[in-house]
Amino acid sequence: MAGNWMRSSTWLTGLAAMLVLQGALAAIDIFEFSSEELRERYQQLIVDLRCPKCQNQNLAGSDSPIAADLRREIHRMLEDGLSDAQIKQFLVDRYGQFVLYEPPMSGNTLLVWVLPLVFAGLGGAALALVLWRARHQAVAQGNLDGDDEF
Amino acid sequence: MKRIVLFIPLILFVLLAGFFYAALEMRKTRSVEELQSALIGKPFPAFAGLGLANEPVDLDTLVNGEVTLVNVWGSWCPSCVYEHPYLKQLVERGVRLVGVNYKDTPEEARAWLNRFGDIYAFHIQDPLGSLGIDLGVYGAPETYLIDAEGVIRFKRVGVVDERVWTTQMEPVYRQYGGQLDAE
Amino acid sequence: MIPEFGLIALIFSLLYAILLAALPSLGVIYRKPVLIASAGPLSAMLFLSILISFVLLVWSFLVNDFSLSYVAQNSNALLPWYYKVSATWGAHEGSMLLWVLVLGGWIFAVGGLSNDLQADFRAIALAVLGFVSVGFLLFILLTSNPFDRLLPFPPGEGNDLNPLLQDFGLIVHPPLLYMGYVGFSVAFSFAVAALICGRLDATWARWLRPWTNVAWAFLTLGITLGSWWAYYELGWGGWWFWDPVENASLMPWLVGTALAHSLAVSEKRDMFKRWTLVLALTAFSLSLLGTFLVRSGVLSSVHAFANDPERGLFILLFLSIVVGGSLTLFALRVRDLESTQGFFALSREGALLMNNLLLVLMAAVVLLGTLYPLLVDALALGSVSVGPPYFNLFLMLFGLPMLVFLAMGQRWNWKRMTASKLLAQVPVSLVGALVLGAAVALLVAPSAPLVWIGALLASWILVHSLHDIYQRSRGGRSLKSLRMAYWGMVLGHVGVAVAAVGISFSTELTDFRDVRMQIGSVQQLGDYQFSVEGFRHEEGPNYVAELADIRVSREGKTLALLQPEKRRYLASGSIMTEAGIAGSLWRDLYVSMGEPLGVDDWAMRIHVKPFIRWVWLGALLIALGAVLAIVDKRYRGGAEAEA
Repeated sequence: MAGNWMRSSTWLTGLAAMLVLQGALAAIDIFEFSSEELRERYQQLIVDLRCPKCQNQNLAGSDSPIAADLRREIHRMLEDGLSDAQIKQFLVDRYGQFVLYEPPMSGNTLLVWVLPLVFAGLGGAALALVLWRARHQAVAQGNLDGDDEF
Repeated sequence: MKRIVLFIPLILFVLLAGFFYAALEMRKTRSVEELQSALIGKPFPAFAGLGLANEPVDLDTLVNGEVTLVNVWGSWCPSCVYEHPYLKQLVERGVRLVGVNYKDTPEEARAWLNRFGDIYAFHIQDPLGSLGIDLGVYGAPETYLIDAEGVIRFKRVGVVDERVWTTQMEPVYRQYGGQLDAE
Repeated sequence: MIPEFGLIALIFSLLYAILLAALPSLGVIYRKPVLIASAGPLSAMLFLSILISFVLLVWSFLVNDFSLSYVAQNSNALLPWYYKVSATWGAHEGSMLLWVLVLGGWIFAVGGLSNDLQADFRAIALAVLGFVSVGFLLFILLTSNPFDRLLPFPPGEGNDLNPLLQDFGLIVHPPLLYMGYVGFSVAFSFAVAALICGRLDATWARWLRPWTNVAWAFLTLGITLGSWWAYYELGWGGWWFWDPVENASLMPWLVGTALAHSLAVSEKRDMFKRWTLVLALTAFSLSLLGTFLVRSGVLSSVHAFANDPERGLFILLFLSIVVGGSLTLFALRVRDLESTQGFFALSREGALLMNNLLLVLMAAVVLLGTLYPLLVDALALGSVSVGPPYFNLFLMLFGLPMLVFLAMGQRWNWKRMTASKLLAQVPVSLVGALVLGAAVALLVAPSAPLVWIGALLASWILVHSLHDIYQRSRGGRSLKSLRMAYWGMVLGHVGVAVAAVGISFSTELTDFRDVRMQIGSVQQLGDYQFSVEGFRHEEGPNYVAELADIRVSREGKTLALLQPEKRRYLASGSIMTEAGIAGSLWRDLYVSMGEPLGVDDWAMRIHVKPFIRWVWLGALLIALGAVLAIVDKRYRGGAEAEA
């Protein structure tokens, strides 16, 4: 009867199996951490790392099995004493740079970091030019005062 | 000079549109979910585990001087059933096929193989997916092509069928010395 | 039979759209007043026929007509009636029909409210809008027909609407968003008409401003609602993910903000007209680009509507014609329209230019970051990701200076800001802002850097605004003489300050924990205690659910009772999590259920999220400010009303 479907243990096993396959729950794992600092690093890492399988979700928000596996690995590596950089490198070695939401500032992602600065430089230069010309004009026209009318 | 400046927005747009056109073309052959493997050109990760009869297997069992396909599969995976007949054809033509039984139990795996046929040279159990993680596996089926020295040369995410084999995998297979009996 | 009428209505819409694109244009070319005047009635007929088509699709959902493949894929007999209505725009084909309906609505409004515009200008603008409609209607009829039948064996039951969409937020989010996206087409059509007619005067800007502000306000609301929805529906407390589809809505919004400000200069000072034109063309182009990105399948997103390269090609072609055509027109037809009035860098004009530069830079960075992985993939250089750390960094880099200038620049004089006036404004406000900001930061979280930054910036803006109001109400002028346009600006900028507080404070102070909860479990998070009082079962109209009753208290006093749920939808078997949230102005308490670990034994995530509602509150104030600004008397009565 639908009433008690969630309370039967057979249903629970079925749910667990189905959830493993469908990955339909919020990605919550109960891990014990040997220190608060490790827990905080864990929470930051699972937000900064991308699930290899899902359509643009981080490890914190993804319910897919591979995300669960990777969260478990991260927990293991944190308890083993690896640094954040080492943990990220471990995953990059296996899944590629795709898993890093923050693209490395080198190689084929260097450009994505440099271009905004180039844009800013070009834009700033254009603005400076416009302002310089406008100032020239204002001085030439002589009528120098404006109001603050809305 | 002034005129050219006015054309800048248009030029930028044309470049963008061209890029999108190329991207659409690319999407016809490469799905948006497909990750390029990070392991191409790297040796197959070292492992030590058990086969389906609980016999010990490790990297040396795998790398035996032949170009080999390593197929990641599970009894829970519907697409694996779909690709199995084609893999069987490849094995009959002389391709060496090794299976990684991913996130599965030996009992269910053996039952599946009994039902569909065991075409594998041997199996590697990977119940927790730890070998899978070392391989960068994120779903099944996935198939790796390793050369005679055990270096990964190609990875296929998804089923291996006639089109995938002939257009993508066979050239690599032959390039690294793989032999195929006549059709 | 009804769906066939729907399809016929759609075909008629296409016919009217073609006539609207052609007849007024011919009227202008051959100077035939009758044809020129046809723009108005044709606009009405276009809207009416699209409306009929849309209503008939909604009807098909309400009567469970599963012989329509679109209805079968997105609905179910058990679905509550209001979700059947919203299922109409729950997937690609129906949402395109909604797009076109909203476009028809805007066209109808322009047709009806523009009688005081010069006739040929009006005719061309409506013709351009007609042309845009032709493109979309063709797209729907040729590639995305919602009235396709599943014959000869219609299913007896539908698949069900994706449970994620069975929610109030998702009913309202797309219509609001489309009102914004599509609303920018008005500015677009006016820009094109100005280029074709070779006329770009101050009345053009005054006329356009209300339309642009309203569209922009709707877009603000639509994006805000989407963010709010993601927060309470997706279960892990995030509210913005820099997902490609989100970015696709943010880019037109950023450029739209720049446009709204640039229009102010064009209207008041009859300047920056070419730049305003470019922005008007770009804003709608970005809306179209968004449509392409979301529906073509080139980008990876949880939110993507359709993954169909053939449809993508159609949209790209349409995009090329519309955007390429208008930009070519711009390059060829824009002449030295500038009225050449000079100004100094330190002036309201200068501040607005700075604002525009920073906004455009932000839009450019969002575009770059969104498309970069696609570029790398297309060049076969591997798979990379560009995510929140990147976008957050650059938007802060450009956003912070913008906020600093916002506070000051909103008070500067046109043409030149004198040193004496600066001295009358800045030192007082600076002191006030430092005092207020420091007080807030010390009160809330003295050791958190983001809290300091947010508090100081927000105070900077607020104090400047208040001081400005104070100064304007003295010296012979009264508070009552301040116009609505002014109050709109003040409200909008205060909204920015509020949102800045929300973003900085919540980012810094949010905390969550994954815990195991059974009856009687108590978890501590910060000052708050979460205790489980019980678990129970509930049956909804089309789902069954398991709920937890959770009491949240602080220092022994109960603050809230939360009821997070785990639902299983009967038709599809999908499992959804509904978070239990207790919100206030100061903090949200948030619990979501994970998986059951046993009987009455669950994994849960508990969150405390201080100040998070300020984010959406700020956005609401911004949207309100935009609307207030155009309630101003000078926009009523159309172009005739004098300042």
